[in-house]
Amino acid sequence: MTRADHLAIASRVPERARVLDVGSGDGSLLALLKETRGVDARGLELTGEGVAACLARGLPVIQGDADEDLEIFPDDRFDVAIMSKAIQEIRRPQHVLQELSRVAPDVIISFRNYGQWRRRLSLLVSGRMPAPRQGGWHDAEALHPSTAADMADLAESLGLKLEAAAAVSGPRVGTFRAGGLTRLNWAAEDVILHLRRA
Amino acid sequence: MADTPRILPDEVQRLTLQAPLPLDCGTELPDVQIAYETWGELNADKSNVILVCHALTGDQFAASPNPVTGRPPWWPRLIGPGLPLDTDRFHIIATNVLGGCMGTTGPASNAPDGKPYATRFPVITVADMVRAQRAVIAALGIEALFAVVGGSLGGMQALEWAAQAPEQVFAAVPIATTARHSAQNIAFYEVGRQAIMADPDWCDGDYIAQSRQPQRGLAIARMAAHITYLSEEGLKQKFDRGLQDRDTASFSFDADFQVESYLRHQGRSFVERFDANSYLYITRAVDYFDLAGAHGGRLADAFKDSPTRFCVITFDSDWHYPPADGREIARALTAAGAEASYIEVETDKGHDAFFLEEPRFEAALAGFLNAAAEQRGLGA
Repeated sequence: MTRADHLAIASRVPERARVLDVGSGDGSLLALLKETRGVDARGLELTGEGVAACLARGLPVIQGDADEDLEIFPDDRFDVAIMSKAIQEIRRPQHVLQELSRVAPDVIISFRNYGQWRRRLSLLVSGRMPAPRQGGWHDAEALHPSTAADMADLAESLGLKLEAAAAVSGPRVGTFRAGGLTRLNWAAEDVILHLRRA
Repeated sequence: MADTPRILPDEVQRLTLQAPLPLDCGTELPDVQIAYETWGELNADKSNVILVCHALTGDQFAASPNPVTGRPPWWPRLIGPGLPLDTDRFHIIATNVLGGCMGTTGPASNAPDGKPYATRFPVITVADMVRAQRAVIAALGIEALFAVVGGSLGGMQALEWAAQAPEQVFAAVPIATTARHSAQNIAFYEVGRQAIMADPDWCDGDYIAQSRQPQRGLAIARMAAHITYLSEEGLKQKFDRGLQDRDTASFSFDADFQVESYLRHQGRSFVERFDANSYLYITRAVDYFDLAGAHGGRLADAFKDSPTRFCVITFDSDWHYPPADGREIARALTAAGAEASYIEVETDKGHDAFFLEEPRFEAALAGFLNAAAEQRGLGA
């Protein structure tokens, strides 16, 4: 089954673009992009399991760590760099976002929005941190909980312009809009940000 | 003691190169014979050829038993119908490397004067080995390889092929290898060479003419090198400090420990199938291998705008050619603009893992070759 957020990300990728997917997992997003957009796909993936799965699908992939290994790619090697559901789970999100925008002028990231009203309310009422995607606040994956607004600020500080943003709530993906981030920051479970080097 | 087998003229399949082979050392070698084996059908447009390159002490019998030594094939897990190097789909060629001793011209072969070359054989390089293979491929009427695949020294050849003849290599799979043989590895091979040369039966290299064999030296060389092909964890799992056929230490220099007994066996069985001078020459070629050095010190320049797609495979417990070496290759390929994949397979089997059962390695190799075959229009 194709994930709704994958379809939404694919809608932002031009035909035949050169695409890097950082944290490419089993390659399902890259496979979708190859099939529907005819892109020149490339993956960077930490786990051997994911890398083997990408290779089995015929996707070129490099086993490596987003925090350390993006530097192997030359400037502007790609048209679009994607990081789906991983930017809050790495050690150096600022460095990685900068690297993504170095290797490609267009950057698409999706992540959990801790600014969503339920999560704000949950913290207010229960006094406990809203849970990350898996496990609890103490898990290795839950390194950098952030809101959509936080991420937009970080992007701006790195000279990236917010092209468009969409909300993802369960299987539903909203329309990409250039503005309305405040509303999104309030309502969206997950967000997809399409950033462009200014 | 058994003599090292010298290959009889009709024992293995080989062809003679028509032109003298130019070598990096500046001379050329006349009448070079290259022994080779093939499996699977060559297709009509000769586009389905995979060249398999063997490691330091390997030979061309990758997928069928060696008729000279009686040893089983060394890659039966990977080459065959329905296997990653699928003989229903690909035409597989494996040659014995230049300088080898399984039918290809090497130091044990006769020079034009009818006597063994011995140390008169010129010092060869990995680039020379690849030049010889290119001449074989041309002699067989094949214009380009679909893929070149090899581990260790075989991986060096895969890299060298892609650097020397990028237009002739559609895909390359360097496995458990390096672009630059390290000081530590040179050191280990030097120990081995010194052991051979210190053996009085080496006779300054002239042992064949004197009907002798430096078996003790060659066995020690093999023992020293073999340690680097295993991981510490693997040795611990396999032997730990276990005693061999005894309950207590013998307070002697017998092979008390299983690991000693194992290494002695490795040494003994090696001398029955390998020529000592070949070992000197091939380890020297490996020592000299520095693909970056050959391209102005920048490895990426060896692969500038390479049309070849690469799949670099390493094993995390390999300390002979550690994963860092493979990452360096992947990094250089990426910097050069080539299409490169890189996978580091988790295993405790060390450098020799590529000969053994490693499902993830096999799946990655199969996936990569399948995808490349589709791109090459070789169908499913």
